[in-house]
Amino acid sequence: MPIPGSGLAKGLAVTLRTMTRKTVTAQYPDVQPELPPRTRGVIGLFEENCTVCMLCARECPDWCIYIDSHKETVPPAAPGGRERSRNVLDRFAIDFSLCMYCGICIEVCPFDALFWSPEFEYAETDIHELTHERDKLREWMWTVPEPPALDPKAEEPKEIAAARKAAEKAAEKAAAEAAAQAQAQDEAEAQSQAQEEQQ
Amino acid sequence: MNDALDVAVRLLIVFGLFLVLPLVVGQTEHKVMAHMQGRLGPMYAGGFHGWAQLVADGVKFAQKEDVVPKDADRRVFQIAPAVALLPYLLVLLAIPIGPSEGAVGQVVDAGIFFVLAVMGVGVLGSLMAGWASANKFSLLGGLRTAAQLLAYELPMLLAAASVAMAAGTVSLPGILNAFEWWWLPWQIVGAIVFFVAGLAELQRPPFDMPVADSEIIFGAYTEYTGLRFALFLLAEYAGIVVLCGLTTVLFLGGWHGPFGADGLGWVWTLLKTAVLAFVVIWLRVTYPRLREDQLQKLAWTTLVPLALAQIALTGIVKVAIQ
Repeated sequence: MPIPGSGLAKGLAVTLRTMTRKTVTAQYPDVQPELPPRTRGVIGLFEENCTVCMLCARECPDWCIYIDSHKETVPPAAPGGRERSRNVLDRFAIDFSLCMYCGICIEVCPFDALFWSPEFEYAETDIHELTHERDKLREWMWTVPEPPALDPKAEEPKEIAAARKAAEKAAEKAAAEAAAQAQAQDEAEAQSQAQEEQQ
Repeated sequence: MNDALDVAVRLLIVFGLFLVLPLVVGQTEHKVMAHMQGRLGPMYAGGFHGWAQLVADGVKFAQKEDVVPKDADRRVFQIAPAVALLPYLLVLLAIPIGPSEGAVGQVVDAGIFFVLAVMGVGVLGSLMAGWASANKFSLLGGLRTAAQLLAYELPMLLAAASVAMAAGTVSLPGILNAFEWWWLPWQIVGAIVFFVAGLAELQRPPFDMPVADSEIIFGAYTEYTGLRFALFLLAEYAGIVVLCGLTTVLFLGGWHGPFGADGLGWVWTLLKTAVLAFVVIWLRVTYPRLREDQLQKLAWTTLVPLALAQIALTGIVKVAIQ
């Protein structure tokens, strides 16, 4: 049987112990929170990469991405060549009052033009002001963190794997050529030696 | 003329303490309670760790409109906060903090009688507020206050009587002059009974059934706003100071300490009072509120018998050492 009052004492001990520990209060406006990697704060646009393919606008479940563009013709690269046409971005806006932060636009972008930024302090007093234009979206690109490092023993990133394979192949080819060349030289030397002996 | 000046200075000092100490206790409660709950508590008011939070609260209360409900008993409703607050000021006047003549507001020969009688008046403020508000929650709170007063005044008086028996006097400085260190273990049960009953009389958690904000809004104080409400809150904290001071004087030996008792007696008194005030806050944070029937049961089946046993023990020891 427990000693009478031991429960009461235990309660007192718990509060006293908590008092000596560090508090968990987040002093937010004074101290910025430490956000985990891949935090979904806001969507940044790296407009140099955008080709106005419209995939993001079409995949957006909320239809909150607005894109305007026009075509420009580019003079031929070589004389006598054909003129090329190119899409030029006029407007890229995301209405964050509609956006549900699903990230489909970022997933779907084939040219790596959209990124998650951990920036979250963009509240406005008017809902219309939550539609942010391309300059603002471009500014948020500066807050996009470096992609977190891969786990140890993780699979190699595809780009690096492809580059490494290409480099290996090139090295193999060079080695094979060198070997072939050396063999040819050896044969030539052997021939000339045989000729000398005949004379 | 000199006498008048002396009285005026004493009154001013006691009044200053009366205004400052409850605020210190209140601020300590803010901070201690916060840290016991893993929070920081007030951090902004005044710049450094929110030291001016209660000053800011006071300013806020002063700005609020003073509302008296239409059906309320106007005069009683308005007087009630003063009735709740002033007794504690009077009690503070009689508590000696040091051994010298100058370290007590006014020496009262029947100190214990005066102090306990006047402290009982403080509870009347809540009763008046509860009855005069013309609000069912206030009335419920007032009646619970009355029940609590009836239940806990008795063990409190019995525990105090035990000390008076031990010292052979009812004067507070007299009790302290007779104090010996072994009174501490001798009177420990009485001390606990006195302290717990005092907490209940102040309606401090875990004995806050009369104000129980989650079930009867705020009990007797439901209809109060602004300064009058602030006065009730101030009364609660002044009550903590008075209760801790009284427990120190009656049971913990007041200005007596292991060392430095000559000039620094008042430091010992204040230190012991502060530790007890911390315990009051600690109990509040730790325990949930007692139900009304548990409250009555604790008083009548535990505290009263314990207090009687303490009196018996005091009597036996007193006779034995003579």
